[in-house]
Amino acid sequence: MNSTAAQANRRELNIVAQRTFAGGGRTLRIGAGAGTSDDRMLPALELAERGALDYLVFECLAERTIARENLDRVKDPEKGYSPSLHERLRLVLPACMQRGVRIVTNMGAANPLGGARAARREARELGLGDVPVAVVLGDDVSSVVRHQPELTLMETGEPLESILPKLQSANAYLGADVVAEAIGTGAPIVLTGRVADPSLFLAPMLHEFGWSYADWDRLAQGTAAGHLLECTASVTGGCFGWPGKKEVPDLARNGYPFADVTADGAITIGKTPGSGGRLDVMTCTEQLIYEMHDPTAYITPDCVLDITGIGLVQEAADRVRLTGARAGPRTPTYKVTVGYRDGYIGEGEVSYGGIDAVARAKWAAEIVKERLRLQGFTYEDFRVDLIGMSSLHGDVDNRPEPYEVRLRMAGRTPSRKAAHAIGFEVRAMHMHGPGGAGGACEPRVRDVLAVKSVLLPRQLVNAQILVEGR
Amino acid sequence: MGVRVYDLAHARTGDKGNTSNISVIAYEEKDWEFLRRELTEARVLHAFRHIAQGPVRRYEIRNLKAFNFVIENALGGGVTISLAQDIHGKSLSNVMLAIELPDGDPGRSG
Repeated sequence: MNSTAAQANRRELNIVAQRTFAGGGRTLRIGAGAGTSDDRMLPALELAERGALDYLVFECLAERTIARENLDRVKDPEKGYSPSLHERLRLVLPACMQRGVRIVTNMGAANPLGGARAARREARELGLGDVPVAVVLGDDVSSVVRHQPELTLMETGEPLESILPKLQSANAYLGADVVAEAIGTGAPIVLTGRVADPSLFLAPMLHEFGWSYADWDRLAQGTAAGHLLECTASVTGGCFGWPGKKEVPDLARNGYPFADVTADGAITIGKTPGSGGRLDVMTCTEQLIYEMHDPTAYITPDCVLDITGIGLVQEAADRVRLTGARAGPRTPTYKVTVGYRDGYIGEGEVSYGGIDAVARAKWAAEIVKERLRLQGFTYEDFRVDLIGMSSLHGDVDNRPEPYEVRLRMAGRTPSRKAAHAIGFEVRAMHMHGPGGAGGACEPRVRDVLAVKSVLLPRQLVNAQILVEGR
Repeated sequence: MGVRVYDLAHARTGDKGNTSNISVIAYEEKDWEFLRRELTEARVLHAFRHIAQGPVRRYEIRNLKAFNFVIENALGGGVTISLAQDIHGKSLSNVMLAIELPDGDPGRSG
């Protein structure tokens, strides 16, 4: 890169002036801009424009997505960051840069450095100049776990060795400490790979308030707030409404949430002014328990959170205060998600309607199974669904027969050919099955990227910060 | 005359691996004790017998008028390998809400 005086000046401007929250009693406001890689985008822009934010956090990884993005990187070494990075940054970056809203995101996925280069290209193309991006590295521990075959898979108790030959990825859930350090570089954008979801939100608090890892009450409050924010609309009326029972006003224009945090760990959750949706004790309670097992021991890389003492109080319209979170010290290990190839899933669908629709669909399923058997195909797992009747909640007696039903058949197998045969034979029900089949889909086959978990001692993980563009 | 969980509480499902967790949150303070007595682990496992192998573990969160049910072996092996349409089991809270409970408590309705 050239280092002309003009560029140096502009870089200077793009480094955020470090505000000090700790002494001034000011409230830090952290917004949630995404809760999954497929989350809606526009509410993040509305929050950036109208939310008076200090930080906007995009959480874009799920259990399975990082394994998928590792495969992208194998195909193209520049790829492997979240595919939504371009569109999201293009949408919010102008508003964030103009207002001094700093972005923290795990959209780096399996390639944070490649993501940082992509983010900087987007900024240049938007006319925002040379924007530095701080990158968190070290969550990729695939080379480390390859030498630890004795690690135990948490789900099955088997040794990691059993899946090592098929290993595609291994990513440790890093904590808020290293993300806070990256924020400390002053770069307007912090890009990470795998970081625990609540930790992305806790990191700005650690940085701004200087909280320590012995400060259990504050870590607990910050982690609970992060957990409330990490699924965006789930706390503002999404995944909640029920006609006549749990009304959500103007759900079509639902807004994204933010947390107001003070140095002593007081937390209030709010949402984009003027947005639709609903934020109250009921929505917050559903989200607080979401994806939790033992409510006294929600393990993150930063602490072990206990939500059983939490109180939620409606402070004002669309504002909920959170108190009483407790926590114990962080564990000596990082949880690591290992991704490995596990064959293929094939599926097909076809519909039946009218008289004896269910009987014809069931007959068709038997014919397809028989044809697959006659061709010598075998499956590790196989499933027949009658959509409209028993595909979501299993087959129970006495359920009334629907007027129409869609047969779905799916199987998992190491053979791509066997996987494809399922959809092929289901589609053939048009011409070779019971009367009146319609609307079969094309045969579908997808690679299975399975995931399991291991616990890795902290000292084996070497997290690092790099700034692209300085 | 029975009462459904739906009448007394709301619920949401979450997933981790092959385990489903379903919150049950009482609308009214007064119904929590009734739910604690009647919405047992055994009753929940029975309602999910076509879907999950279990076991089911119930956690109480009194402060939030809530319970957390953790149902193991519920998601066809987990989100990445499941053959189900609803790989996360997001719709499973509706099985919970449909559970009927014997309503023999005159103090509850009121």
